[in-house]
Amino acid sequence: MTINQSGWKPTSPEANEASVPVTFTGNRALMLEEKLIFEIGDSETTGVDFAEGDVAGSRLGDLSRKDPIGLPGLSEPETVRHYTRLSRQNYAIDLGLFPLGSCTMKHNPRLNEKMARLPGFSDVHPLAPVDTVQGALEVIHQLAHWLVTLTGMTSVAMSPKAGAHGELCGILAIKAALEKRGEGHRKVILVPESAHGTNPATAAFAGFSVEDIPATADGRVDTDALKARLGPDVAGVMITNPNTCGLFERDLKDISDAVHAAGGYVYCDGANFNAIVGRVRPGDLGVDAMHINLHKTFSTPHGGGGPGSGPVVFSEALTPFAPLPFVEKTGEGFRLVEEENADDHHADSFGRMVAFHGQMGMFTRALTYILSHGADGLRQVAEDAVLNANYVLRSLENTLDAPFAKSGPCMHEAIFSDEGLAEGFSTIDVAKALIDEGFHPMTMYFPLVVHGAMLVEPTETESKAALDQFIGALASVAERAKAGDPSLKTAPHFAPRARLDETLAARKPVLVWKDKAA
Amino acid sequence: MERMRYLPLTSSDRAEMLSVIGAGSVDDLFVDVPESARLSGPIEGLPNHASELAVERHMTALARKNMVAGDVPFFLGCGAYRHHVPASVDHLIQRGEFLTAYTPYQPEIAQGTLQMLFEFQTQVARLLGTDVANASMYDGSTACWEAIGMARRITKKSKAILSSGLHPHYVSVAKTMAKYTGDTLETGTPVLTAETDIDQMIAAIDGDTSCVVVQYPDILGRIADLTPLAEACHAKKALLIAVVTEPVALGAVRSPGEMDADIVVGEGQSLGVGLQFGGPYVGLMGCKDKYIRQMPGRFCGETVDADGKRGFVLTLSTREQHIRREKATSNICTNSGLCALAFSIHMTLLGEAGLRRMAGINHANACRAADRLAKVPGVKLVNDVFFNEFTIDLGREARPVVRTLAERGVLAGVSLGRLYPGEDALANGLVVAVTETVTAEDIETLAKALEEVLA
Repeated sequence: MTINQSGWKPTSPEANEASVPVTFTGNRALMLEEKLIFEIGDSETTGVDFAEGDVAGSRLGDLSRKDPIGLPGLSEPETVRHYTRLSRQNYAIDLGLFPLGSCTMKHNPRLNEKMARLPGFSDVHPLAPVDTVQGALEVIHQLAHWLVTLTGMTSVAMSPKAGAHGELCGILAIKAALEKRGEGHRKVILVPESAHGTNPATAAFAGFSVEDIPATADGRVDTDALKARLGPDVAGVMITNPNTCGLFERDLKDISDAVHAAGGYVYCDGANFNAIVGRVRPGDLGVDAMHINLHKTFSTPHGGGGPGSGPVVFSEALTPFAPLPFVEKTGEGFRLVEEENADDHHADSFGRMVAFHGQMGMFTRALTYILSHGADGLRQVAEDAVLNANYVLRSLENTLDAPFAKSGPCMHEAIFSDEGLAEGFSTIDVAKALIDEGFHPMTMYFPLVVHGAMLVEPTETESKAALDQFIGALASVAERAKAGDPSLKTAPHFAPRARLDETLAARKPVLVWKDKAA
Repeated sequence: MERMRYLPLTSSDRAEMLSVIGAGSVDDLFVDVPESARLSGPIEGLPNHASELAVERHMTALARKNMVAGDVPFFLGCGAYRHHVPASVDHLIQRGEFLTAYTPYQPEIAQGTLQMLFEFQTQVARLLGTDVANASMYDGSTACWEAIGMARRITKKSKAILSSGLHPHYVSVAKTMAKYTGDTLETGTPVLTAETDIDQMIAAIDGDTSCVVVQYPDILGRIADLTPLAEACHAKKALLIAVVTEPVALGAVRSPGEMDADIVVGEGQSLGVGLQFGGPYVGLMGCKDKYIRQMPGRFCGETVDADGKRGFVLTLSTREQHIRREKATSNICTNSGLCALAFSIHMTLLGEAGLRRMAGINHANACRAADRLAKVPGVKLVNDVFFNEFTIDLGREARPVVRTLAERGVLAGVSLGRLYPGEDALANGLVVAVTETVTAEDIETLAKALEEVLA
């Protein structure tokens, strides 16, 4: 490599000053650098005109703001350009396959967005008189009906704001049910070691102690170990099905029966419901509570990390303990069951989890998606999601170590390990090289039960051509990692940024912008 | 079924892929499902797939059953406010690179989201008057509870005093959670007077108090200087948590951080997000520097890449569930990313000058409405001071009045009977919010309608 006089490392191994000039702006054609709003805006500029009019009148007491806030403004064209430039530094489903295991990054239909923006949904206040929001309540009711029917459960709590919030909802219902039975002394929740980190965090929040249940060599919960641990101190189990290794927990019904016989409840993490929607009802497996991530299975957008939505379906046993508020059909229409009217038939509710009615904007999107697919289409969703994942698994099992490939088909995601990569090479090197190939990497190092796990979830909205290109790219990168190609260690080379120093960020946290001159 | 528009695989693709897999049919891929749980066909009693046109018709018919805030004189607030959102906000958040991205776990290809979050954190911290802010929470009510939990971890004490002026739904959420965490909450219902309960809270703080939670402006729209309350908290080693459900107010009044609140949480819905029947919204959360390691939720931090260029990453994740599992500060996994983006874009469009002008217009409109409504026979203005929301006493039960006015096409406000059912002393109260979207005609229509209904 030649000397780089700019002081920066060249961004690709082939790069040198002769072939890749340093630009005056730092931009590289369509790849545009963008400063922070604090560096380009100022406190006088605004992109919003308000009609003339007096702003007289002060009933603010002596609390009028005197000091500046320090908020920069931009005109509308500058604003549009700023955020458009930022957007182009993101990878997204709209750009390509996004195989992030356990996250179900499927296409987000634009009809969903259009429907959510109908003024009858988007411009309605949560505390408006109930008679004026019958359509909104009906949306919640219709979606609830679909969710209950698709899962084979008894009821659904719609208000949880995200998957982890839904887990909390389910665990609090279990706690309330135990207390009602006078068995509040049951303090242990069993969680398989392959679980999402939110599971133990949720159980601990609710005051339970968490005990790990080991996995078997074929990637499933060790049923014997779980059964052996059941007893009078066990409140329940939290099981993900299909699990985070992408496998169906064959024994779940058996486990549920054993847990129930021992006086506990079964919480199912429904993060992976996409694999079985329309083909399997968790209610038939003895599940007592399960959250459904509307932003996974039902295609509401992930939005760069939220908002999510995590309705929780309940069995008959837990239904009385579900949170407030909820929507109920009456003779004339729909009503809200809240604190004031819960006593007549919902006195055991564990209470309220959020200020209003949940993620209405996500309900309209999810219902739109569900109606678009229908019962037959949703079944096809699960089938194509599973087919795509198995296609990836079988196409790559001779290139990458696939620890559970021999034990049968996977569900919606395929898992590989870092075994067989050259000394000093790990999953992260494969992942970062995939970025250069134009893909978002798979989930890395999760679940913990597989060494250097690479969890690939293609989803049903990928065409065969897209899968073939991805398989080719991953195979190519894997071969380079097995051969010890040093350029992998410095990948990505073609992304807006090279590998970022996360240690520095955590050691000296800079969480807000400060004027360097100040 | 025939081809479904969101599913790209063709029948021949499926057949070809099955042969690569070595499976005879797709059913073979579901062999691990016990036979008793396998469904042989689409679930009965549910309709099959529908065209875009048919679904649009169905959803539009449902939307038409709701009274649209923008179609009528509209005065509802109490934790959700109707503001004008510039057109470019919604355009920008619908860019696929924002809309269809994931949590920025791969920072090299997520700098757009990360830089936006860093800007959001800075805007929020400055607005709330705190040293730092996180990358957003689910909403104001959950952020409020998380702040109480945070105060417990910091002070190692578990008695929280909640102001009677705190939104009753926020109180309700905290009560639900406290049942399971062992926190003790002292709460009360508000009194229909101009004075807040700050003096009573100061008197109630003792050595066991972990925090005092006060809403600013409060549920009746009242505002009061928090400085004495902060001093009283700190004298007893308790934290002051301030809750802001209307962030636009902070364009007009001093921020809680300036008055030495330790943790400030808020509902960010007012900027960029819209009403949406209650969600998704965006929780704001900021605190003093020394408490950042006890904060829940995501943080974005500045760093450099291998080439020395500035970049941003999610950081301080050792607090979080995916690392700490059962020892995490919170089980929170997602934030409210896209709503945070909407908030941030709206704030960038406004800038300091725009926010202050918007706040000024809100306040002026509210003053005008308060003066006009106070002239309605039988109506008394409760507040001395307020920002864009105030409470009036109708001299008779407000809840049926609100319903009657809704039938006449006026959404008059939130009755305290709705928020505090069974509290007779509050039944006559009506909370009226007046933003920049309210016109002089709207105010006159409300006043006239009230005159007729109360006559």
